[in-house]
Amino acid sequence: MFFILLKIELEKIFKKGRSFIGFIAIGILVPIIQIAMYSEGNDYFNMFTQTLQQQFDFSGNLLNGYLIAFIVLQSLFVHIPLLVSLIAGDMLAGEAIAGTFRILLIRPVSRFQVISAKFIAAQIYTLLLILWMSILSMGLSVLFFGKGELFIVASTITILPQDDILWRFLLAYLYGFLSMSTVASVAFFFSGLVENSIGPIVSTMAIIIVFTIISSLDAGFIKAIKPFLFTNHLIGWRYLFEQTIDNSRILQSAIVLCMHSILLFALSVYYLHKKDIMS
Amino acid sequence: MLQIPIIEIKDLSKSFGSFKAVDNLSLTVNQGDIYGFLGPNGAGKSTTIRMMMSLIKPSSGYINIFGMPLSQNRISIARRIGAIVEKPDFYLYLTAAKNLEMLGKLSGADVSKKSIDAILDTVGLLDRASSKVKTFSYGMKQRLGIAQALLHNPDLIVLDEPTNGLDPVGVKEIRELILSLSKEHNKTIFLSSHILPEVELIATRMVIINKGCTVVEGNVQELLNEGLLKVNFTVDNPKQALDCLNTSRFHTSTIVLTENSITIETEQSFISDINSLLVANDIKVEGIQSTRSLEEYFLSITKP
Repeated sequence: MFFILLKIELEKIFKKGRSFIGFIAIGILVPIIQIAMYSEGNDYFNMFTQTLQQQFDFSGNLLNGYLIAFIVLQSLFVHIPLLVSLIAGDMLAGEAIAGTFRILLIRPVSRFQVISAKFIAAQIYTLLLILWMSILSMGLSVLFFGKGELFIVASTITILPQDDILWRFLLAYLYGFLSMSTVASVAFFFSGLVENSIGPIVSTMAIIIVFTIISSLDAGFIKAIKPFLFTNHLIGWRYLFEQTIDNSRILQSAIVLCMHSILLFALSVYYLHKKDIMS
Repeated sequence: MLQIPIIEIKDLSKSFGSFKAVDNLSLTVNQGDIYGFLGPNGAGKSTTIRMMMSLIKPSSGYINIFGMPLSQNRISIARRIGAIVEKPDFYLYLTAAKNLEMLGKLSGADVSKKSIDAILDTVGLLDRASSKVKTFSYGMKQRLGIAQALLHNPDLIVLDEPTNGLDPVGVKEIRELILSLSKEHNKTIFLSSHILPEVELIATRMVIINKGCTVVEGNVQELLNEGLLKVNFTVDNPKQALDCLNTSRFHTSTIVLTENSITIETEQSFISDINSLLVANDIKVEGIQSTRSLEEYFLSITKP
C-alpha cells in the first residue's frame, strides 16, 4: 500500500504545473550564468586573479566547465531552497486547502503511511531537482567550456587537478541533496501546521534567513548553538573542494542535516497523527 | 426479523475547547437501513460523521462499526465503507477518471477502465470521464463524490448531503440509486441531509439530533405518526362535520375549515374513530390525509 501511495503522491506532484517552476527556473538560470561566463567570463576571471597574475603565470583552460559548474553550484544554492519549499510546503497544506485530506484519510490507509509517502515524494522531487541542476550545470558547462583544473579563490587558493574533480562534484551534488532535503523537511513540517501554501514557504525562508544571520554572529551563547543550526551545514559541500578533505567535518555536518530531517519528519507524524481533520 | 447492527454509537462526545459539538450521542444503524441523520445547522452532524470516518477523535464514548471498535480496527472498517464527507472535494487538476483511479487504488477497488467507466455511467458522468474536475459544476462533483464512495463496492455508504447542488432530475436519480443500493444490493446507507422530504421519501429509520444530543431515534413512519397530526378530512359538509366534532370527545381547538374540507389536530389512532363518527352522522367522507410532514415534525422537535 505504501508504494501505491508513493506513486500516487509523485503523480500528483508532476500533474501540477507549479511543480515544474523549479525545473524551468533552473533551466533558465543555469544557461544564463553559462552564457554570461562565455561572453564575459575571462574578464571576471582576470579581475578576481589580477593580483595573483602579477606573481604567477597562469596557463591552460582555467575558465573551464568545472569552474562554471562550481560557480553555478554556489549561486543556485541560494535559490533552490525557495524552489524546494514551493513543493514541500504544499504537500500537506495543499490537501488541507483543497479539502482532499478528507477524501484521502477516509481510505484504508494509516496516517503514518500517508505522511511518509508525502514526505518521501517531496524528497524525491528534491532529488530530481538537484539531479536536473547537476546535469545542466555540470553537463552543459563541460560541453561548452571543456575540462581543466579547478581554480578556487576563497580564503585560500585551491587548485584541483582535472582528474581529481569529478568525484568531488558527485559528492557535492549528493551533499547538496542532503542540504535541500533538510530544507524540504522544514517546509514539510510547516506544511502540516497550517492550511495555506504560502505560510510554509515564507516560514521556511524566514527560518533560513534568521538562522543564517544567527550563524554569522559571534556572541558566546550563539557559538554554543551554532553547530546545531542546520543552516550552518547547508554549504558543507564546499569542504569537498578543499585540497585536503576533512572527512569528519563533512560527516558531522551530514549527520546534523539528517538528524534535522528525521526530527522534523517525526514531529510532522506526531502532530498530524493527533490532528483533527477539520478542513 | 433479526436486526444486525452495522453502526453502534454510544455516549459519543466531542468538545472543541469549552464548546461541546457532540454530547453523549447514541444511535444504532442496522443492516439494510437507509438511516436518516437529521439536525439543524450546528447540531453536530458533520462532527459525528467525521468521528465515524476517523477524521477527528472523540473526546469520549465509542463507535462500533461492523461489530468492531472503530478506534482499534480503522483500516479494516474503512475497507468496507464508502463516504462523502461534507463537500465533494477532488484533485481539480486531475480528470474524473484519474481521481477515481487514485482513490479506488487506495480502497482496494478494481480500477480497470471498464470498472471506472461503469461507475461513472451510474452517476451520469461517463461522457466527462476525461475532463479535469476543475471544469465540473458543484452538482457534477457531487455525482463524482457518490461514484468514489461506491467504487469499491462498500457494505456501508455514508452520504453527507449527497443531493446538494443537484438539479431536480439529479436528485431523483440519486434517490433512486440510494433506494436500489439498499433494496437490491442490501447496502446500509447512512444519509445526512437537510432536504427533509427526501429523507421522508427514502429513509427507513432516522435520528434527529440537536445541540449534539439525540432528540429522537426510530422508524420514520412511526415517528411521523407519533403525537398530534394534522389530519385533513374531505367532506361534503364541513360545517356539519365541525358541529359534530365539537360535541364529541374529539373536540379540538385547532380546526381549519375550507369549502370542502376540515383539518384538525389529532392522534393517529383516532383517525378511524373520527371517520366512523362523521359517517355515522351522515357526513360523506371523500378523503383523509395526514398532512404532517417530516419538516413539520423536525421543526416541532428541534424548536428552541
